[in-house]
Amino acid sequence: MLIIHRREFLKIGSLATAAMLVPRFLKAFEQPGMAEGQKVLVIIQLSGGNDGLNTVIPYRNDIYYASRPQLAIPKGQVVGLSDEQGLHPALEGLKELYDDGELAILNNVGYPNPDRSHFRSMDIWQTASDSHQVLTTGWVGRYLDAQCSGCPHPSMQAIEVDDTLSKAMKGNQYTGLAVHDPVQLHQASDDPFFRDILKKPLVDDDHLQVDYLYKVMAETLSSADYLYDQARLHHDDGAYPDTPIGKDMKTVASLILAGLPTRVYYLSLGSFDTHVNQQPQQARLFKQLNDALIAFRNDLKKHNRFQDVMVMTFSEFGRRVSQNASGGTDHGTANCMFLISGGLKRQGILNDPPDLQNLDQGDLRYQIDFKQVYATLLRRWLEADDQQILGRSFTYLDFV
Amino acid sequence: MEGYLAREPLWKYQHLAWRAGFGVDRPTLLHWQSMPIKHVVKTLIRQRQSSPSILQTAEGQQLRAQWPSLRGRFLQLTQDEKKQLQKLQREGVKNLNLAWLQEMSTTSDFLREKMALFWHGHFACRVPNVLHNEQMLQVIRENALGNFGDLLVAVSKSPAMLQFLNNQQNRKQHPNENFAREVMELFTMGRGQYTEQDVKEGARAFTGWGFNPQGEFVFRKNLHDDGVKHFLGKTGRFTGDDILQILLEQRATAYHVSEKIYRFLVNDTPDPGQVQQMANWFYDSGYDIATLLEKLFTSDWFYDTRHIGAHIKSPIELMVGMQRTIPVSYRNPNIWLLFQRSLEQVLFYPPNVGGWPGGKSWIDSSSLMLRLRLPQVLYAGSIWNIRPKAMPDEIMDEDMLMQPEMHVDSEQQHIRDYLIHTVGGHMQATVQWDAYLRKFQDIPEEQLPMEIASLLLVNTPQDVDRNRISTYADRSSRERFIQSLTVLLMSTPEYQVC
Repeated sequence: MLIIHRREFLKIGSLATAAMLVPRFLKAFEQPGMAEGQKVLVIIQLSGGNDGLNTVIPYRNDIYYASRPQLAIPKGQVVGLSDEQGLHPALEGLKELYDDGELAILNNVGYPNPDRSHFRSMDIWQTASDSHQVLTTGWVGRYLDAQCSGCPHPSMQAIEVDDTLSKAMKGNQYTGLAVHDPVQLHQASDDPFFRDILKKPLVDDDHLQVDYLYKVMAETLSSADYLYDQARLHHDDGAYPDTPIGKDMKTVASLILAGLPTRVYYLSLGSFDTHVNQQPQQARLFKQLNDALIAFRNDLKKHNRFQDVMVMTFSEFGRRVSQNASGGTDHGTANCMFLISGGLKRQGILNDPPDLQNLDQGDLRYQIDFKQVYATLLRRWLEADDQQILGRSFTYLDFV
Repeated sequence: MEGYLAREPLWKYQHLAWRAGFGVDRPTLLHWQSMPIKHVVKTLIRQRQSSPSILQTAEGQQLRAQWPSLRGRFLQLTQDEKKQLQKLQREGVKNLNLAWLQEMSTTSDFLREKMALFWHGHFACRVPNVLHNEQMLQVIRENALGNFGDLLVAVSKSPAMLQFLNNQQNRKQHPNENFAREVMELFTMGRGQYTEQDVKEGARAFTGWGFNPQGEFVFRKNLHDDGVKHFLGKTGRFTGDDILQILLEQRATAYHVSEKIYRFLVNDTPDPGQVQQMANWFYDSGYDIATLLEKLFTSDWFYDTRHIGAHIKSPIELMVGMQRTIPVSYRNPNIWLLFQRSLEQVLFYPPNVGGWPGGKSWIDSSSLMLRLRLPQVLYAGSIWNIRPKAMPDEIMDEDMLMQPEMHVDSEQQHIRDYLIHTVGGHMQATVQWDAYLRKFQDIPEEQLPMEIASLLLVNTPQDVDRNRISTYADRSSRERFIQSLTVLLMSTPEYQVC
């Protein structure tokens, strides 16, 4: 048997250059990217702590109206879903999704010992840690770690539509790709100097971090090329609103429909930090969200892909039940989440509305740990090992 | 210098310059090379005897001046007065950030500032109060090369840390364990070395530790639980001071802190044997930081080839290193905050109690490309059109966000656009090339690529294809040639490591 020592092998291998990674990498894309029926998760982060009580509104509850004399949405304006709960008027488009069985709502989602700092709570949601635990990797990043060993193009598995990458997208081994606009990314990376230095032979010394950096660079440039090519193929038949979230959703739809191997997309909308004069701010953001979601859903439906795509919204916390003195709300705890897809197993409002009689010092008590939602999506939607990714097991929910 | 014949290779001094600081210029490097490493290390360590000048902001001074008139009427402040105070705090922390960055970029006591940067991450703390931040920074800079025990006690008693870890809420009747837990988990022993019961008992000992409105440590006796505690196998009516001393007695503390220093100064992947050796030096010296560093920097294994180029520069190390090589100033210095935010290391704004994780976590596809573009932006006037992540508005107020005042709409988009177009687009940089250019005046043109590469890159400059890079350089004049080669070499992955 021929035994080649690692070092010798690397010497032979050094004939191969970093640049050669690129064609190999692109080859992988030549194969049909997304198998038919491959599920995609789209995460929308509502940054700043969205007020859940004015999102999914308990419009028959007197305590709600008593606690929010100015801020409560009048009964007549609430877009009724069930006997008890309805939507903020700016989210009226979601009513159609609700009626068509494409919307599921989870009430009272949170975690034990909630933290009311934006920063810390967002950290907890993005890393899926416990409230007293500090993790340096994100839950989508760890999904990449778990799924992508041997994957030829790991960062393409999870795309964040932004200039920089969220912690949620960073794993130990792999990270997602941040791309705000495929054309812009291509322009920024399409530098002959960068392309040329990639032709440098790989150093045959595995302690050198520089080797790792060259690999990341090679992958970034080839991802940028690939995305740029896909963007040129881009279909242009969805009427998306001309708002940041509208454009971002359009980018996501075009990449999904281009058959990218990407399993997770991540975007954010904000700021929902409404201490003061909440009403117009929240209504404006909801209108943007509503219109973008409807355009996205119609686009995917038209191309027969909506059953394979799940949209999940979350915010780092909800807000207090009572309004404050300046027409706003302060940081609270549990919150609602939307799940939007043509492939839901259970639809509608999935659990009880918030119990306004049984508060924890003025805050909602959580009923569902958000990590149960993650576990469910990881296991049943993305078919991944949720226990490995989340570090322990959670009871699954039944929406998929 | 008698008896010293063989000059050691330049890369050893280069390695030392980057790990014990932020790189040095060519003349310094050549001067160092005329001395044994031991001698250079001794000189570096001795600089600690000069006590660092205090970094204070105009906003901090203004707040101190206002203090007598505000004292006693905080509850009666008008909305406008409160806003004004918050703005002062926010601007103050921002300017403290810039002042420290400037200090790191210009001081000759770079070892102290390098270690202060380490302790800033070790004792990660994020509070909106500029006075508390000034005090904490001073404690860290004064003790950066002193005794770890003194540093630990001083930090633990600083209003910034007491506030950040909620010890103001730690009372006899309702102990708050946050402070005790982080002191053990992060500052001293590390996870797995103590029990939950130790955390509870430790928390009891820290009850009553707080600070007064003037920012002075106070021990509130009536809030303190003076009962008997059982802590790490010891029993007594322990106070917070006793707990810190007991923690210092643990060898695990020396190991844990040494490991973190090792990651910061030696290699992102610790070698347990080498860390153990450091822990022994540290413990046996009674936690003398200077002794530890002197032994480290003069040990043979510190110069093992596997440690050369094994460290990915943090964004601050990267920026300060460039500033020290070729200083650049901006009419609007806020640009430095934009870079910090885009590259995700903002001084006084660590991501959480654990500090910046470092190593490969600095690198993802977007951050790497930003880093590679930074030299073009700094020295060649390229536009930085990156929008850093939006943060909730309130972080600006409560957790302080380094951004200009908003006028019309509080939406983040506008703020980010403002940053790009007003700050990023018209940066009006003044690059001080002259001193840098002079350092190469005796070098023949054909040797310039090699000379500049060996100055800028620490790991294996022979691996950089100088010919390839030279073809992209501007040969219209000698001056342009040096400038463009420098910017190109700084735009390589090799420059990201040290």
